[in-house]
Amino acid sequence: MLLYDKDNKREFKKKLFFSIVFAIVAFTIILSRLWYLQILQGKKFKSLSENNRIRIVKIPAPRGIIFDRKGKALVDNYPSFDLSIIPEDVNDLESTIKKLSDLLNVTADLFKAKLKESRGNPPFKPIKVKTNLDYREVAILETNKLDLPGVTIEIAPKRLYIFDKLAAHLIGYTGKISESQLKTRVSDGYSMVDLIGKYGIEHDYETVLRGSNGGAQVEVDAVGRKVRVLRELEPTPGENIFLTIELDIQKLAEKALADMIGTVIVMDPNTGDILALASSPSFNPNMFSLGISSKEWECLVSNPNNPLANKAIQGQYPPGSVYKIITAIAGLEEKVITPETVFYCDGSYRFGRRAYRCWQRKGHGRVNLHRALVESCDVYFYQVGQRLGVDRIAYYSSLFGLGKPTGISRTNEKHGLIPTSLWKLEALKSPWQESETLSMAIGQGFVLVTPLQILNLISSMANGGILYRPQIVKKITSPGGDIIKEFFPEKMKKIPVSDNSINLIKDALWGVVNERLGTGWRARIEGADVAGKTGTAQVVGLPKDSSNEYVPFEHRDHAWFSAFAPKDKSKVAIVVLLEHGGHGGNKAAQIARDILKGSLKILNDDNSSF
Amino acid sequence: MKFDRRLVSNFDWFLLLITIIIATIGIFNIYSATFAGKEPGGMPIYLKQVCWIVVGIFVMFLSFCVDYRLLERFAYPLFTVAVLLLILVIPFGKSVSGSRRWLELGGFSLQPSEFFKIAIIFILSKYFSKYPGYSLGAIRGLFIPFLMLALPVVLVLLQPDLGTALIIILIFLSLLLFNGIKMKNILIMSSVFLAGLPLFWHYLKSYQKMRILTFVNPDLDPLGSGYHIIQSKIAIGSGAFWGKGFLKGTQSQLLFLPEQHTDFVFSVFAEEWGFLGSLMVVSLYLLVVLWGLRIASHSREGFCAFLTFGIVSMFFWQIFINIGMSLGIIPVVGVPLPLMSYGGSSTISFLLGIGILINISTRRFLF
Repeated sequence: MLLYDKDNKREFKKKLFFSIVFAIVAFTIILSRLWYLQILQGKKFKSLSENNRIRIVKIPAPRGIIFDRKGKALVDNYPSFDLSIIPEDVNDLESTIKKLSDLLNVTADLFKAKLKESRGNPPFKPIKVKTNLDYREVAILETNKLDLPGVTIEIAPKRLYIFDKLAAHLIGYTGKISESQLKTRVSDGYSMVDLIGKYGIEHDYETVLRGSNGGAQVEVDAVGRKVRVLRELEPTPGENIFLTIELDIQKLAEKALADMIGTVIVMDPNTGDILALASSPSFNPNMFSLGISSKEWECLVSNPNNPLANKAIQGQYPPGSVYKIITAIAGLEEKVITPETVFYCDGSYRFGRRAYRCWQRKGHGRVNLHRALVESCDVYFYQVGQRLGVDRIAYYSSLFGLGKPTGISRTNEKHGLIPTSLWKLEALKSPWQESETLSMAIGQGFVLVTPLQILNLISSMANGGILYRPQIVKKITSPGGDIIKEFFPEKMKKIPVSDNSINLIKDALWGVVNERLGTGWRARIEGADVAGKTGTAQVVGLPKDSSNEYVPFEHRDHAWFSAFAPKDKSKVAIVVLLEHGGHGGNKAAQIARDILKGSLKILNDDNSSF
Repeated sequence: MKFDRRLVSNFDWFLLLITIIIATIGIFNIYSATFAGKEPGGMPIYLKQVCWIVVGIFVMFLSFCVDYRLLERFAYPLFTVAVLLLILVIPFGKSVSGSRRWLELGGFSLQPSEFFKIAIIFILSKYFSKYPGYSLGAIRGLFIPFLMLALPVVLVLLQPDLGTALIIILIFLSLLLFNGIKMKNILIMSSVFLAGLPLFWHYLKSYQKMRILTFVNPDLDPLGSGYHIIQSKIAIGSGAFWGKGFLKGTQSQLLFLPEQHTDFVFSVFAEEWGFLGSLMVVSLYLLVVLWGLRIASHSREGFCAFLTFGIVSMFFWQIFINIGMSLGIIPVVGVPLPLMSYGGSSTISFLLGIGILINISTRRFLF
């Protein structure tokens, strides 16, 4: 240990002396400041404190507006008149509550409950007791405001979903921030009363739409009314979002789907832009922005048809015969068949000790690839599948993006499932059976897809083998209208499949709709060259001859129809899925036809107007 | 250890007395600050503070029992543990209103940055007492102390806790000046600092820039710190000469003050006890500081002089910055007022500091 020498010690003493002087000076500054505030200015501050009327008023930022691709507003804000009570400014809380409940014809308990919720708040902080007053209520309160000290009406922007249920799953909704969200996001400036995007675009683009809140320091008079603004911070409105959705096509899709359970998605196959996305049953996002009651919420979550789920990306179904497109391409590319290969269908195919039936019990006779697709012959594809084996079918499925999310949204998009022999060994601990390949070849068994994945598949047929990432946002603009970000078509890949194969399939898909015995004839539109594929996905194994009318609803098959039009230079692609909708050639094909017809007209009108 | 009667006869009763007076005032003041708006259930905050003080006095006693010549040996282990705790806070810390400062330890929350202040005083005292100012002529010699400072400060800033980082830097600079530093080095250091600023600024995110700008100019944040300063000034000023009386401060009882049992605790006191009360508390603090400097001047060994000076500077800066902030002469920054602000970690580390001062003060007569 170093003891200090004399010099060093003298040096230290000098420094300590300076430190003492420094500390005394610093404390003198503090004391003189105290003298100034408490003695010289004491009177002024005393009266300020006795009548402390400086309040913080929050000025919420209007959220960004959501438009369709042509700039028609889908979601906007409107001013909501909210009733607040500032406890400190109220003379007699009991009588004020009574007066309010008499004037507005609302039970006093409602107000009491809200006040109770906010116990522990500083008494000068306004407590919101009723939102969304109508003009009559505002007028009544305004005329009686002298009798109601401490009661204020604040104007705050509220979210308005203009078309109610329209595209609700895509747009999503906003709601009061939850406690767990608040914990993680408090540093982003959220507070307890803030709204936050909870679902869909509102959730995924929260930071874009939100803007930043402003506020003001205001001086108020004895009954809590604003006298003057001391300092103000302007709110910054959120940025606007233009969706790829085309409002008229979306309306068409919603109308066509009506009260059926399922989903419809319409896409531009040349860009990946989603033109419409409807999922049914749906919900009304306005319920959430007004504050949803627990009963309404209970009703939504307990509905077995799950109105809150976006079936287009969260529903996983066996693809049924639509999957034959994959089996066919795999067969051609792997050269296990040629377009001329012929199999004979007598209504069933014997494999092992079991007969695998074709949906057409009479049989299709001698069929080549074209006829097999047109008439959706199961027996043909059993044999193609058998020649390919599970892993080669799986490989071609993955080329078209099946079995993985498309990346359209950040909200819980499902993967679907494309089985492989390895998958089965790992997941189910048993080896793959060849009989399972037969089911897989016609889109049954383990295979699961989301409707959006099927739309991606059919789009890549329409555009000649390009896989686009489905897009729902076209651009983001500033509140003033300047483009901040624009989203361009994103080619995920050119699928490594020969043009020849794709053209063969396209011809067959045209045949499905336009040729004799084609299963999709109900989708035919004069002069539009619709090409598509039907699919019927089994929910439970049904005897093939049982007609759907006698089967309980929840056991009926899911109906698929996926199509594009026109066959060459396609403008629009569509997928329709109806849960328990029976045969894909029936209702699903009709719906697809109606929407395709309308969409083509809308898109042609747009072109001619340029 | 053989008991030495001189430990009693030379015991620094004076410092202990002042400390206990301040801590007692603190408890009553926290009682008042949390009187309104208290949540039902759980232990009241003022009682928790009593517990922390009891624990702190125990720690203080422990630190007194150790022969001060042995304290030096604690420097490196103490520093290592403190830095490790700071690192642990980053992934495992409990997040409260946007910052991770606390480690959960079986029902208790530990704030490592509070203990780190003591640790860095120890290690710098050891280093500087080995290498006095004249031997640190070259800038190279300053490299190691800066290294000791840099990592922990970055860790504390990551939490983020601007106030504690500032205190750590101020303690460091105080000890550096106390050790002596050549004018040339001061110039080099300040020019490196100034040159680095724009680069540092460039890498900040916009919200971080905003935070620093409002720190310098609260008017930019009229809804946050700007508002708090106004309310704090009204509270203190309205106390006038005599004060409004215990539990009678309207500003505090109506919850106009933010963080009134931690950062703005002085405003509560000044409102209720007026200039008279404030004068008394400020004088008590000044006494602690001056008494501490006196102990430093009597220290026989370099290490003890540095240690004492470091602890005194910790007290001084926290007192000055906290009260200065409440009075609106220093930008708003969250720093606890020694023994008056509520907080387990800070109370214990302040009492630990006092314990070390008493230890050095008492034992200097022994050898």
